[in-house]
Amino acid sequence: MSAPASIGPLTALGGVEGGIGTSPQRPDGALKVRGEFAYSSDLWAEDMLWGATLRSPHPYARVRSVDIGPALTVAGVYAVLTHEDVPGSNVFGLEHPDQPVLAVDLVRYQGEAVAIVAADHPETARRAAGRIVVDYEPLEPVTDAERAAGDGSLPPLHPGGNLVRHVRIRRGDQNARADVVVRGRYTVGMQDQAFLGPESGLAVPAGDGGVELYAATQWLHVDQQQIAPALGLPADKVRITLAGVGGAFGAREDLSMQIHACLLALHTGRPVKMVYNREESFFGHVHRHPATLYYEHGASREGDLVYVRSRIYLDGGAYASTTSAVAANAATLGIGPYRVPNVTMDCWGAYTNNPPCGAMRGFGAVQACFGYESQMDKLAAALRMDPVELRVRNAMSEGTVMPTGQVVDSPAPVAELLRRVAGKPLPPPANTADLRELPGGVSNTTHGEGVRRGVGFAVGIKNVGFSEGFDDYSTARVRLEVIGGEPVAMVHTAAAEVGQGVVTLQAQIARTELGVQRVTIYPADTTVGSAGSSSASRQSYVTGGAVKAACEAVRAEVAALAGVDPHELTLAGGKLVSTGGTVVGDLAEVLGDTVVEQTVQWRHRPTQPIDKLTGQGNAHVQYAFAAHRAVVDVDVELGLVRVVELACAQDVGRAMNPQAVLGQIQGGSAQGLGLAVMEEIQVAGGKVRNPSFTDYLIPTILDMPPMTIDVLERADPHAPYGLRGVGEPPTISVTPAIVAAIRAATGLDLTRVPVRPEHLTGT
Amino acid sequence: MAGRLSGVRLSFEINGEQRSADDVWAGESLLYVLRERLGLPGSKNACEQGECGSCTVYLDDVAVCACLVAAGQAHGRRVRTVEGLAGEDGLDAVQRAFVVAGAVQCGFCTPGLVMATHDLLRSNPAPSDPEIREALAGNLCRCTGYEMILDAVRAAASEVAQS
Repeated sequence: MSAPASIGPLTALGGVEGGIGTSPQRPDGALKVRGEFAYSSDLWAEDMLWGATLRSPHPYARVRSVDIGPALTVAGVYAVLTHEDVPGSNVFGLEHPDQPVLAVDLVRYQGEAVAIVAADHPETARRAAGRIVVDYEPLEPVTDAERAAGDGSLPPLHPGGNLVRHVRIRRGDQNARADVVVRGRYTVGMQDQAFLGPESGLAVPAGDGGVELYAATQWLHVDQQQIAPALGLPADKVRITLAGVGGAFGAREDLSMQIHACLLALHTGRPVKMVYNREESFFGHVHRHPATLYYEHGASREGDLVYVRSRIYLDGGAYASTTSAVAANAATLGIGPYRVPNVTMDCWGAYTNNPPCGAMRGFGAVQACFGYESQMDKLAAALRMDPVELRVRNAMSEGTVMPTGQVVDSPAPVAELLRRVAGKPLPPPANTADLRELPGGVSNTTHGEGVRRGVGFAVGIKNVGFSEGFDDYSTARVRLEVIGGEPVAMVHTAAAEVGQGVVTLQAQIARTELGVQRVTIYPADTTVGSAGSSSASRQSYVTGGAVKAACEAVRAEVAALAGVDPHELTLAGGKLVSTGGTVVGDLAEVLGDTVVEQTVQWRHRPTQPIDKLTGQGNAHVQYAFAAHRAVVDVDVELGLVRVVELACAQDVGRAMNPQAVLGQIQGGSAQGLGLAVMEEIQVAGGKVRNPSFTDYLIPTILDMPPMTIDVLERADPHAPYGLRGVGEPPTISVTPAIVAAIRAATGLDLTRVPVRPEHLTGT
Repeated sequence: MAGRLSGVRLSFEINGEQRSADDVWAGESLLYVLRERLGLPGSKNACEQGECGSCTVYLDDVAVCACLVAAGQAHGRRVRTVEGLAGEDGLDAVQRAFVVAGAVQCGFCTPGLVMATHDLLRSNPAPSDPEIREALAGNLCRCTGYEMILDAVRAAASEVAQS
């Protein structure tokens, strides 16, 4: 399959249009192009107030006092709240409850919430927040994660010290020696998810003393679990409905405005809307962990990897968020998709006073991939081998034993992915007569002089789903009934649609399994069981699996109604069809007035924790792979890079929705391109220097080159329909591929992303 | 007691209808008034600093970022938003092409890109790829990597050409 010619047949399984393997139009597409889709910042309620947040200007400071008096005197202000007004627990956190809802006597990062205001106009709320007088005693911030991880002389930012997690993996001979050894130190800057829809939502006080919250999130139920204790309410009094989500990419796993809006709504008895502006958004969510990575690779003269030794330091910032999981990914995936008999791997995640870091697409795997793929190129050079040949020679495959001891038990076509991108024809040289084809574009910075072309490759690995023994499940409620003479299915889950198309996919699965054309997807909310998070490339697998299982339960009930053996029955085109292909009944007739409804909680096969000392354990449920080839033109005099073309090959197990698969690969590649050449939150002394889209650049349509894409479908026998998570792998390998291409063009030993012009010009 | 924000009454022609908004504070942008006072949240508030193009509207037939226009500047003028691009239930050719091509994921950039594409095709009905890229360079999208947006613009151009 290649983009975008073959989008798949319209009619496939289920005997109706729009089943799995096809690309039906998104159910929310028409609303979105008309501007009528209700995002979390679009909500409105009669008599609503606006919330605003006062944040710390200091990365680390003692709070001596907070005087809200001047804010309360502002006309139009209805509430000014501090930690003293939090009725329940004043701490929350995704994995570790370590973050105050509102600061008490200490602020640990610039942007930490100190007080909140509700007023009748957003500007009034902001001005009132500005009148709150906070007496801070600034403290010397801890800003170096590598030191924080091991230096006990630094002040502890949390009661347990500054180490969030140390992941240690030992496999094989720890003293192995090799003919050829390469070493490197690599650094990854702080990337921002930069979703376009800002943190926002509407909290409405309810008659029963509870609250209805409409917000954009990746996981409704984990929000509920954190919000309710802070409000001092039982979970069933905090009812959350997913509002339209303007992108997520990991940044909506942690709470932002949710508790604050609920507090203000409950305090004032009025609906409260909160919307961050772009600057506040940069302080309102976690970012990708900056990393420092030390690698030593040893190989035989023939090019067989003998050992990898690595130390990785991740800057978790002020609060833990998902640092534990990010560290586990970086460590367990830290040697890449290669066979390595001897591994010594240590990864530390540390607290600092830098902005909190957590989930971002490819979490942990992105940082490691820049390290190990840079090393593979360095090793290829030392061996005088072709970099693709070296990778193919060491590529893992089904049956490979991971550094954790886990045996890979489904297809892992790493070598083929590499061969595919390497085998594609290269784009022609830039037409120097057309400025738009040159680095700098119409800025007219070169007519081709000083421009060098380079080609680079990389391949990456990612775990799909939640790992290390986490009870990772999703819940689906499916109903089948006759409406207007036609069988209609209804699917209800709490899966967060963040743009990826999980709403489309749920309908596709219901069509395929139940053989009905009309499927209604109910809004995602907390009245149905948890779907788990829209992260870790897991929703197609886990919520897809839950919807499939619920449909199977519905089908079994239909079989019982018809007096047919459920194992011998399929539903297709509105008919009951026997295994032999004979139509044995009409679905609408069999159903009659009966409403068949089933709710199923579905889990992927269990994973295991890893051993604390050795890192051994079957930690992951599934592995996913993508490879990239990047072609760049570099103006070596000005340090400007133009990515000319990206080729990608990815195994998706089963392309459930081919158009959505391509969309994930293209979008994921763009984010990785951003990390390679432009995107970084610049932090100095714990302070963010560029919290705006003027100063934090993300790729535009001019930056993103055409892509050629190969989608492989090597079924994973353990997964629903054989599918493999899609969203993250393309973000992982593209960054090192682009940097390898820039190295090839310039001959420079680039060890840091993003690559900036000054790294290329030496100025 | 600090003073309450004082406001004025503004009137506009919006999507062919005469509309007015009361008590508008002088600091409010056209984007804020559209979204929060006139019930037209289709124009999006992604950056509110003119960098992302998500709030693109026509002001007297010129495409602008509504976040950069003070609401008072639009008083007495014509505004056309994404909600006014097509008829009651239908889709404009550009809107249709975005849905069909897969150019919509989270969709937060989509209204702005639809407006920018609509504007491009008015002046250049058959743009080349480099022309499309230059024309849409002021519209950020974080989900799609822009490939299917290019597909959508090409498809819309060919549909407009055939009609």
